[in-house]
Amino acid sequence: MYWNKKIECASRQALTEIQSERLVKTVKRVYENIPYYREKMDNTGITPAKIKSIDDISKLPFTTKTDLRDNYPFGAFAVPMNEIVRVHASSGTTGRPTVVGYSKNDIEMWSENVARCLCMAGVNPNDMVQVAYGYGLFTGGLGLHYGTEYLGATTIPISGGNTKKQIQLMRDFGSTVICCTPSYALYIAEVLTEMGIDPDSLKLRTGILGAEPWSENMRKEIEQKLKIKAIDIYGLSEIVGPGVSCECTQQAGMHVNEDHFYPEIIDPETLKPMPPGEVGELVFSTISKEGIPLLRYRTRDLTRLIYDKCECGRTLVRMEKCKGRSDDMLIIRGVNVFPSQIESVLLEMSETEPHYLLIVERDDNLDTLKIQVEVQEQFFSDEIKELQNLTKKIKANIESTLGISVTVQLVEPRTIERTAGKAKRVIDNREL
Amino acid sequence: MIIKQLSVFLENKSGRLNEVARLLGDANINMTAFSIADTSDFGILRVVVSNPEEALKILKENHFSVQLTDVVCLLCPNKPGALSKALEILDVENIPIEYMYAFSTGNSANIVIRPANVQKCIEVLQKHKLELVKSSDLYKI
Repeated sequence: MYWNKKIECASRQALTEIQSERLVKTVKRVYENIPYYREKMDNTGITPAKIKSIDDISKLPFTTKTDLRDNYPFGAFAVPMNEIVRVHASSGTTGRPTVVGYSKNDIEMWSENVARCLCMAGVNPNDMVQVAYGYGLFTGGLGLHYGTEYLGATTIPISGGNTKKQIQLMRDFGSTVICCTPSYALYIAEVLTEMGIDPDSLKLRTGILGAEPWSENMRKEIEQKLKIKAIDIYGLSEIVGPGVSCECTQQAGMHVNEDHFYPEIIDPETLKPMPPGEVGELVFSTISKEGIPLLRYRTRDLTRLIYDKCECGRTLVRMEKCKGRSDDMLIIRGVNVFPSQIESVLLEMSETEPHYLLIVERDDNLDTLKIQVEVQEQFFSDEIKELQNLTKKIKANIESTLGISVTVQLVEPRTIERTAGKAKRVIDNREL
Repeated sequence: MIIKQLSVFLENKSGRLNEVARLLGDANINMTAFSIADTSDFGILRVVVSNPEEALKILKENHFSVQLTDVVCLLCPNKPGALSKALEILDVENIPIEYMYAFSTGNSANIVIRPANVQKCIEVLQKHKLELVKSSDLYKI
């Protein structure tokens, strides 16, 4: 089953032609409409006229999360605000979120890409799809929602959490597809066992799982416990949200919707393109987006690209599961967390440089984040209640910044390891 | 009449109290009295020592979170009802207490009190003719 066979099974030459045409137009558009891109290109001596085909893409400067922060909130938009019909946001590296805007056409384009993904994962209009990603500023919920509707499946917009209700609807409605994070899928499986429900008694057959890294072992566990096919879907809000790429039922890499999102692999140190098939940092250029087109956006995800034709018949390039990050971003319960966000919260609460350590664990298949903070003089009080209030205040401030619950533990000064003068900020004990 | 008590932040893990005791012992600083207030994650050691300034310096050098806290020490007879009498005065005079701990030696009992307002507490206790221990005497015990 293909949603758009002409594109998904197109020859490499046909894809290159589409990409070239779209890139040329996009470069021209961003140069004319976004001051920061014009400045960036002028500074490197690139004019739109020099970009004649997709092969010229490596002449263009990169875009990073910092660029989006510097142009917060709407400075990177390429169309007037009255053409923006929706905004989403994800966490930035510090206090400011990363904001993205969609035109009417962008929503349509995004929906089609998600529909393609669902279709290649074996979902069809007869399916009953439970969208258990969070709805809101996060792109997961609404992204899948529009995609399932576009596909013509029955959409249940249940959002994340409330696991018993999720299970009740699975039983009563006969849901056949669940869309959520892989760790939440495992959690649902656990609750099923607790409730004494045999997964075979449910109609569930496919999981569209993403928004956080997960291993092949985790896939096996999910497939065994929920008796479903677990499909990996990839995306990031800066590029569009979920639906940038997705596995087909072969589960052999995620097909990139490369007629809209052009992928490159670069060496994160030298920033030079890597030879085909090598692992490096994934970079995307959106070549059809109107609201916030991004050229050579550095995702910081490490992976490699596979150009061979897939068993499913698709020619769209595949990306492997991400092998890690080239920065210190953590993904916790599907939420992006940067150590620098926590640092800025602590800095606001004290005058001197805070020492802290983030400890990430996976307990009962749910990620937990513990933050140890050294009690230095500026924090210390002789009274238990003061220290407990301090703990509560740190917790509340961090939670409102990150949007996920955390635990805060006060520790003695100098207990957090310093390496070459710089503290190690993160211990990730999850076995992903 | 103000006693300088050391307050030390301790994590709830083995060996931390001993580390403080060892450092003070090595510097020939004696502990007269102490108590530990604890939660599941951490505790606060409150200790009266023979040389608070020196102890503060040593613990700081060893990267402890430590401060000096003003407390008062009430001396009362080591017999039934003595504490109640003192507490009643503080209650009637409306002197809130953050925490207290005590130790007794022979016929007398020493009660270390951390009032919200140290100066006012001293005035009230003296007004009612209760005996307060001088810091120089307490550090020597």
